[in-house]
Amino acid sequence: MSKFRRKKGKGLQRINTASLPDIVFMLLFFFMVSTTMRETEVQVRVTVPEATEVKKLEKKSLVSYIYIGRPVSHVARMYGTEPLIQLNDKLINEEGIPYESVQDFVLFEREKLPEVDKNRMTMSLRIDQNIPMGKVDDVKQALRRAKALIINYSARKEYQEQGRRR
Amino acid sequence: MAREVPEINGGSLADIAFLLLIFFLVATTMDIDTGITRLLPPEPEKDQQTEVRVNKRNVLVVLINRSDRLMVGGEEMDPSYLKAKTLEFFTNPANNPNLPEMEETEIQFPPGSSPLLPPDGVWRGLVSKGVISLQNDRSTTYGRYLQIQNELVAAVNELRNDFCELYFDKSFDELNTSDPYEEEIYDGIRNIYKMNISESEPKNIEGLN
Repeated sequence: MSKFRRKKGKGLQRINTASLPDIVFMLLFFFMVSTTMRETEVQVRVTVPEATEVKKLEKKSLVSYIYIGRPVSHVARMYGTEPLIQLNDKLINEEGIPYESVQDFVLFEREKLPEVDKNRMTMSLRIDQNIPMGKVDDVKQALRRAKALIINYSARKEYQEQGRRR
Repeated sequence: MAREVPEINGGSLADIAFLLLIFFLVATTMDIDTGITRLLPPEPEKDQQTEVRVNKRNVLVVLINRSDRLMVGGEEMDPSYLKAKTLEFFTNPANNPNLPEMEETEIQFPPGSSPLLPPDGVWRGLVSKGVISLQNDRSTTYGRYLQIQNELVAAVNELRNDFCELYFDKSFDELNTSDPYEEEIYDGIRNIYKMNISESEPKNIEGLN
Protein backbone atom coordinates (compact mmCIF):
# COMPACT_ATOMS: atom_id res chain seq x y z
CA MET A 1 0.00 0.00 0.00
CA SER A 2 1.59 3.14 -1.08
CA LYS A 3 1.31 6.28 0.86
CA PHE A 4 1.37 8.33 -2.27
CA ARG A 5 -1.86 7.59 -3.86
CA ARG A 6 -2.59 9.07 -7.18
CA LYS A 7 -5.21 11.70 -7.06
CA LYS A 8 -8.44 10.64 -8.50
CA GLY A 9 -9.42 13.15 -11.14
CA LYS A 10 -6.61 13.14 -13.65
CA GLY A 11 -6.24 15.87 -16.26
CA LEU A 12 -5.25 19.48 -15.80
CA GLN A 13 -6.75 21.99 -13.48
CA ARG A 14 -8.98 24.28 -15.48
CA ILE A 15 -7.69 27.83 -15.62
CA ASN A 16 -10.26 30.38 -14.73
CA THR A 17 -10.84 32.42 -17.86
CA ALA A 18 -13.36 34.83 -16.43
CA SER A 19 -10.87 37.69 -16.53
CA LEU A 20 -9.74 36.99 -20.09
CA PRO A 21 -12.21 39.44 -21.67
CA ASP A 22 -11.03 42.14 -19.29
CA ILE A 23 -7.43 41.60 -20.27
CA VAL A 24 -8.23 41.60 -23.96
CA PHE A 25 -10.35 44.73 -23.63
CA MET A 26 -7.51 46.44 -21.88
CA LEU A 27 -5.19 45.59 -24.76
CA LEU A 28 -7.84 46.75 -27.19
CA PHE A 29 -8.20 50.13 -25.51
CA PHE A 30 -4.45 50.52 -25.43
CA PHE A 31 -4.23 50.04 -29.16
CA MET A 32 -7.25 52.24 -29.84
CA VAL A 33 -5.69 55.10 -27.92
CA SER A 34 -2.08 54.83 -28.98
CA THR A 35 -2.41 54.23 -32.71
CA THR A 36 -3.85 56.12 -35.61
CA MET A 37 -5.76 54.87 -38.59
CA ARG A 38 -3.78 53.90 -41.64
CA GLU A 39 -4.84 56.49 -44.17
CA THR A 40 -2.68 56.09 -47.19
CA GLU A 41 -1.49 53.21 -49.21
CA VAL A 42 2.02 53.97 -50.36
CA GLN A 43 2.34 53.10 -54.01
CA VAL A 44 6.01 53.90 -54.37
CA ARG A 45 8.87 52.06 -52.77
CA VAL A 46 10.55 54.26 -50.20
CA THR A 47 13.55 53.47 -48.04
CA VAL A 48 14.36 56.67 -46.23
CA PRO A 49 18.03 57.38 -45.49
CA GLU A 50 19.58 57.27 -42.06
CA ALA A 51 20.66 60.33 -40.14
CA THR A 52 21.85 61.10 -36.63
CA GLU A 53 20.13 64.43 -36.03
CA VAL A 54 16.53 63.32 -36.48
CA LYS A 55 13.72 64.67 -34.35
CA LYS A 56 10.20 63.43 -33.86
CA LEU A 57 7.41 65.26 -35.61
CA GLU A 58 5.24 66.44 -32.80
CA LYS A 59 1.72 67.07 -34.04
CA LYS A 60 0.59 64.49 -36.53
CA SER A 61 -2.44 66.49 -37.63
CA LEU A 62 -0.15 69.20 -39.03
CA VAL A 63 1.79 66.82 -41.21
CA SER A 64 1.08 65.93 -44.81
CA TYR A 65 3.17 63.43 -46.65
CA ILE A 66 4.93 63.56 -49.98
CA TYR A 67 6.45 60.32 -51.17
CA ILE A 68 9.01 60.05 -53.94
CA GLY A 69 10.25 56.69 -55.10
CA ARG A 70 10.13 54.07 -57.78
CA PRO A 71 6.63 52.56 -58.10
CA VAL A 72 5.81 49.16 -56.60
CA SER A 73 5.37 46.38 -59.11
CA HIS A 74 1.60 46.58 -59.77
CA VAL A 75 1.79 50.35 -60.23
CA ALA A 76 4.88 50.04 -62.40
CA ARG A 77 2.85 48.16 -64.96
CA MET A 78 0.81 51.31 -65.55
CA TYR A 79 3.35 54.07 -65.02
CA GLY A 80 6.73 52.53 -65.83
CA THR A 81 9.66 52.38 -63.47
CA GLU A 82 10.70 56.04 -63.42
CA PRO A 83 10.52 57.75 -59.99
CA LEU A 84 7.03 58.97 -59.15
CA ILE A 85 5.65 61.52 -56.72
CA GLN A 86 2.78 60.62 -54.45
CA LEU A 87 0.95 63.32 -52.49
CA ASN A 88 -0.70 61.73 -49.42
CA ASP A 89 -2.55 59.03 -51.38
CA LYS A 90 -2.60 60.40 -54.89
CA LEU A 91 -0.01 59.60 -57.51
CA ILE A 92 0.73 62.52 -59.76
CA ASN A 93 1.77 62.40 -63.33
CA GLU A 94 2.73 65.90 -64.37
CA GLU A 95 5.38 66.82 -66.84
CA GLY A 96 8.22 69.04 -65.61
CA ILE A 97 7.97 70.76 -62.25
CA PRO A 98 4.63 69.74 -60.67
CA TYR A 99 3.54 73.26 -59.75
CA GLU A 100 -0.19 72.71 -60.21
CA SER A 101 -0.61 69.40 -58.43
CA VAL A 102 1.41 70.57 -55.46
CA GLN A 103 -0.44 73.87 -55.31
CA ASP A 104 -3.80 72.09 -55.25
CA PHE A 105 -2.56 69.63 -52.69
CA VAL A 106 -1.20 72.32 -50.36
CA LEU A 107 -4.40 74.37 -50.59
CA PHE A 108 -6.53 71.29 -49.89
CA GLU A 109 -4.44 70.21 -46.90
CA ARG A 110 -4.24 73.72 -45.49
CA GLU A 111 -8.02 74.04 -45.69
CA LYS A 112 -8.38 71.07 -43.36
CA LEU A 113 -6.38 72.69 -40.56
CA PRO A 114 -7.85 75.03 -37.93
CA GLU A 115 -7.11 78.73 -38.42
CA VAL A 116 -4.37 78.96 -35.79
CA ASP A 117 -2.38 76.10 -37.26
CA LYS A 118 -2.57 77.13 -40.90
CA ASN A 119 0.95 78.50 -41.03
CA ARG A 120 2.45 75.63 -39.05
CA MET A 121 1.64 73.03 -41.67
CA THR A 122 4.56 70.67 -42.18
CA MET A 123 5.31 68.72 -45.32
CA SER A 124 7.11 65.51 -44.58
CA LEU A 125 9.17 64.39 -47.55
CA ARG A 126 9.54 60.64 -47.50
CA ILE A 127 12.03 60.09 -50.26
CA ASP A 128 13.91 56.99 -51.27
CA GLN A 129 17.63 57.33 -50.72
CA ASN A 130 18.54 56.38 -54.30
CA ILE A 131 16.33 58.93 -56.04
CA PRO A 132 18.24 61.63 -57.94
CA MET A 133 17.87 65.11 -56.48
CA GLY A 134 16.32 66.51 -59.67
CA LYS A 135 12.89 65.20 -58.70
CA VAL A 136 13.34 66.46 -55.14
CA ASP A 137 14.40 69.91 -56.32
CA ASP A 138 11.28 70.07 -58.50
CA VAL A 139 9.06 69.33 -55.52
CA LYS A 140 10.91 71.84 -53.36
CA GLN A 141 10.46 74.54 -56.00
CA ALA A 142 6.76 73.72 -56.23
CA LEU A 143 6.41 73.84 -52.45
CA ARG A 144 8.08 77.24 -52.36
CA ARG A 145 5.63 78.56 -54.90
CA ALA A 146 2.74 77.07 -52.93
CA LYS A 147 4.13 78.76 -49.79
CA ALA A 148 4.44 75.54 -47.83
CA LEU A 149 7.84 76.29 -46.39
CA ILE A 150 8.18 74.02 -43.37
CA ILE A 151 9.49 70.72 -44.60
CA ASN A 152 10.82 67.63 -42.96
CA TYR A 153 13.30 65.33 -44.61
CA SER A 154 12.12 62.03 -43.26
CA ALA A 155 14.95 59.82 -41.99
CA ARG A 156 15.55 56.92 -39.72
CA LYS A 157 17.53 57.36 -36.55
CA GLU A 158 21.08 56.18 -36.94
CA TYR A 159 23.00 55.37 -33.82
CA GLN A 160 26.66 56.25 -33.95
CA GLU A 161 29.06 53.55 -32.88
CA GLN A 162 31.43 55.73 -30.92
CA GLY A 163 28.58 57.66 -29.29
CA ARG A 164 28.28 61.36 -28.62
CA ARG A 165 31.09 63.24 -27.00
CA ARG A 166 29.25 63.53 -23.73
CA MET B 1 -41.30 38.00 -5.25
CA ALA B 2 -38.16 38.55 -7.22
CA ARG B 3 -38.16 37.34 -10.77
CA GLU B 4 -34.99 35.63 -11.71
CA VAL B 5 -33.04 37.44 -14.40
CA PRO B 6 -31.56 34.97 -16.86
CA GLU B 7 -27.79 35.29 -16.93
CA ILE B 8 -26.17 36.11 -20.23
CA ASN B 9 -23.45 33.74 -21.25
CA GLY B 10 -20.22 35.69 -21.27
CA GLY B 11 -18.10 32.97 -22.70
CA SER B 12 -17.85 34.49 -26.14
CA LEU B 13 -16.98 37.94 -24.87
CA ALA B 14 -13.29 37.17 -25.09
CA ASP B 15 -13.67 36.11 -28.71
CA ILE B 16 -15.46 39.31 -29.62
CA ALA B 17 -12.83 41.40 -27.92
CA PHE B 18 -10.07 39.49 -29.67
CA LEU B 19 -11.71 40.13 -33.00
CA LEU B 20 -11.86 43.86 -32.34
CA LEU B 21 -8.29 43.83 -31.10
CA ILE B 22 -7.06 42.17 -34.26
CA PHE B 23 -9.00 44.63 -36.38
CA PHE B 24 -7.26 47.53 -34.69
CA LEU B 25 -3.89 45.85 -34.94
CA VAL B 26 -4.28 45.56 -38.69
CA ALA B 27 -6.00 48.84 -39.52
CA THR B 28 -3.89 51.26 -37.52
CA THR B 29 -0.28 52.34 -37.43
CA MET B 30 1.89 53.42 -34.58
CA ASP B 31 4.94 54.73 -36.38
CA ILE B 32 5.91 58.28 -35.55
CA ASP B 33 7.62 60.08 -38.35
CA THR B 34 11.13 61.26 -37.63
CA GLY B 35 13.36 63.45 -39.71
CA ILE B 36 15.29 66.66 -40.13
CA THR B 37 13.06 69.71 -40.21
CA ARG B 38 14.18 72.60 -42.38
CA LEU B 39 12.67 75.81 -43.61
CA LEU B 40 12.54 76.54 -47.32
CA PRO B 41 13.30 80.09 -48.41
CA PRO B 42 10.24 81.89 -49.80
CA GLU B 43 10.06 82.15 -53.55
CA PRO B 44 11.68 85.37 -54.74
CA GLU B 45 9.37 88.01 -56.16
CA LYS B 46 9.56 88.60 -59.89
CA ASP B 47 11.04 92.09 -59.69
CA GLN B 48 13.15 91.43 -56.65
CA GLN B 49 16.89 91.44 -57.12
CA THR B 50 17.97 88.14 -55.60
CA GLU B 51 21.65 88.83 -55.50
CA VAL B 52 22.83 89.70 -52.05
CA ARG B 53 26.33 90.94 -51.59
CA VAL B 54 28.07 88.76 -49.06
CA ASN B 55 31.69 89.04 -48.15
CA LYS B 56 33.60 86.10 -49.61
CA ARG B 57 35.10 85.02 -46.32
CA ASN B 58 31.61 84.62 -44.87
CA VAL B 59 30.51 81.95 -47.30
CA LEU B 60 31.40 78.28 -47.32
CA VAL B 61 30.37 76.63 -50.55
CA VAL B 62 29.46 72.96 -50.23
CA LEU B 63 29.04 71.25 -53.58
CA ILE B 64 27.85 67.72 -54.25
CA ASN B 65 28.43 66.64 -57.82
CA ARG B 66 26.64 64.10 -59.98
CA SER B 67 28.81 61.22 -58.80
CA ASP B 68 28.10 62.09 -55.15
CA ARG B 69 31.54 63.53 -54.50
CA LEU B 70 31.84 66.43 -52.12
CA MET B 71 33.70 69.68 -52.57
CA VAL B 72 33.97 72.12 -49.68
CA GLY B 73 35.38 75.60 -50.10
CA GLY B 74 37.10 74.68 -53.36
CA GLU B 75 38.71 71.40 -52.35
CA GLU B 76 37.49 67.84 -52.42
CA MET B 77 36.67 66.41 -49.02
CA ASP B 78 35.49 63.19 -47.44
CA PRO B 79 32.07 63.66 -45.77
CA SER B 80 33.46 62.50 -42.43
CA TYR B 81 35.52 65.71 -42.15
CA LEU B 82 32.63 68.02 -42.98
CA LYS B 83 31.36 68.37 -39.42
CA ALA B 84 34.74 69.47 -38.08
CA LYS B 85 35.12 71.89 -40.98
CA THR B 86 31.69 73.36 -40.29
CA LEU B 87 32.43 73.76 -36.60
CA GLU B 88 35.63 75.60 -37.42
CA PHE B 89 33.80 77.74 -39.96
CA PHE B 90 31.11 78.82 -37.53
CA THR B 91 33.35 79.46 -34.53
CA ASN B 92 36.53 80.79 -36.15
CA PRO B 93 38.54 80.02 -33.00
CA ALA B 94 41.88 81.42 -34.21
CA ASN B 95 40.38 84.60 -35.67
CA ASN B 96 41.56 83.57 -39.10
CA PRO B 97 40.98 86.33 -41.69
CA ASN B 98 39.80 83.71 -44.21
CA LEU B 99 37.05 82.45 -41.91
CA PRO B 100 33.82 84.40 -41.25
CA GLU B 101 33.67 87.67 -39.40
CA MET B 102 32.43 87.55 -35.84
CA GLU B 103 30.01 90.22 -34.76
CA GLU B 104 29.66 91.62 -31.23
CA THR B 105 26.08 90.84 -30.19
CA GLU B 106 23.86 91.10 -27.14
CA ILE B 107 21.26 88.42 -26.54
CA GLN B 108 18.67 88.57 -23.79
CA PHE B 109 18.18 85.51 -21.62
CA PRO B 110 15.80 85.29 -18.66
CA PRO B 111 17.41 87.22 -15.77
CA GLY B 112 19.06 84.97 -13.22
CA SER B 113 18.79 81.89 -15.39
CA SER B 114 22.46 81.08 -15.32
CA PRO B 115 25.32 81.84 -12.91
CA LEU B 116 27.58 82.51 -15.90
CA LEU B 117 25.44 85.39 -17.10
CA PRO B 118 25.29 88.86 -15.53
CA PRO B 119 22.22 89.40 -13.29
CA ASP B 120 20.24 91.14 -16.05
CA GLY B 121 20.55 88.02 -18.19
CA VAL B 122 22.15 89.67 -21.20
CA TRP B 123 24.75 87.58 -22.99
CA ARG B 124 27.47 89.56 -24.76
CA GLY B 125 29.67 87.77 -27.20
CA LEU B 126 30.64 87.09 -30.75
CA VAL B 127 28.17 85.70 -33.29
CA SER B 128 29.37 84.37 -36.61
CA LYS B 129 28.20 85.98 -39.83
CA GLY B 130 29.00 82.81 -41.77
CA VAL B 131 26.62 81.26 -44.27
CA ILE B 132 26.90 77.81 -45.77
CA SER B 133 25.79 77.54 -49.35
CA LEU B 134 24.73 74.03 -50.21
CA GLN B 135 24.52 73.16 -53.88
CA ASN B 136 23.73 69.89 -55.57
CA ASP B 137 23.41 68.47 -59.05
CA ARG B 138 20.17 67.04 -60.39
CA SER B 139 21.79 63.61 -60.46
CA THR B 140 23.07 63.68 -56.89
CA THR B 141 21.36 60.92 -54.94
CA TYR B 142 19.02 61.98 -52.19
CA GLY B 143 20.76 59.73 -49.67
CA ARG B 144 24.05 61.57 -50.09
CA TYR B 145 22.32 64.94 -50.03
CA LEU B 146 20.65 64.14 -46.72
CA GLN B 147 23.89 62.81 -45.30
CA ILE B 148 25.53 66.16 -46.03
CA GLN B 149 22.57 68.09 -44.61
CA ASN B 150 22.83 65.91 -41.54
CA GLU B 151 26.52 66.71 -41.03
CA LEU B 152 25.83 70.45 -41.28
CA VAL B 153 22.89 70.27 -38.88
CA ALA B 154 24.93 68.10 -36.53
CA ALA B 155 27.65 70.74 -36.32
CA VAL B 156 25.21 73.51 -35.41
CA ASN B 157 23.39 71.26 -32.95
CA GLU B 158 26.66 70.47 -31.25
CA LEU B 159 27.49 74.15 -30.82
CA ARG B 160 24.05 74.83 -29.39
CA ASN B 161 24.20 71.84 -27.13
CA ASP B 162 27.61 72.73 -25.75
CA PHE B 163 26.48 76.28 -25.02
CA CYS B 164 23.31 75.05 -23.36
CA GLU B 165 25.14 72.56 -21.18
CA LEU B 166 27.78 75.09 -20.17
CA TYR B 167 25.33 77.83 -19.24
CA PHE B 168 22.14 76.03 -18.27
CA ASP B 169 23.39 72.58 -17.32
CA LYS B 170 20.93 70.92 -19.65
CA SER B 171 21.05 69.54 -23.15
CA PHE B 172 19.53 71.66 -25.90
CA ASP B 173 17.11 68.91 -26.90
CA GLU B 174 15.65 68.82 -23.41
CA LEU B 175 14.47 72.43 -23.51
CA ASN B 176 10.71 72.49 -23.44
CA THR B 177 9.56 75.11 -25.94
CA SER B 178 5.98 75.19 -24.67
CA ASP B 179 7.27 76.77 -21.46
CA PRO B 180 7.85 80.52 -22.05
CA TYR B 181 10.88 80.62 -19.76
CA GLU B 182 12.68 77.81 -21.52
CA GLU B 183 11.52 79.04 -24.89
CA GLU B 184 13.39 82.30 -24.29
CA ILE B 185 16.54 80.30 -23.62
CA TYR B 186 15.87 78.20 -26.71
CA ASP B 187 15.38 81.23 -28.95
CA GLY B 188 18.42 82.95 -27.47
CA ILE B 189 20.70 80.04 -28.22
CA ARG B 190 19.23 79.74 -31.67
CA ASN B 191 20.18 83.36 -32.28
CA ILE B 192 23.74 82.81 -31.13
CA TYR B 193 24.28 79.78 -33.36
CA LYS B 194 22.09 80.30 -36.39
CA MET B 195 21.35 77.51 -38.82
CA ASN B 196 22.65 79.51 -41.76
CA ILE B 197 22.42 76.93 -44.49
CA SER B 198 21.28 78.38 -47.75
CA GLU B 199 20.19 76.19 -50.60
CA SER B 200 20.76 77.73 -53.95
CA GLU B 201 18.27 77.73 -56.77
CA PRO B 202 18.61 74.37 -58.49
CA LYS B 203 21.03 74.19 -61.36
CA ASN B 204 23.27 71.69 -63.01
CA ILE B 205 26.79 71.68 -61.76
CA GLU B 206 29.44 70.60 -64.20
CA GLY B 207 30.92 67.29 -63.21
CA LEU B 208 33.97 67.68 -61.06
CA ASN B 209 35.44 64.34 -61.90
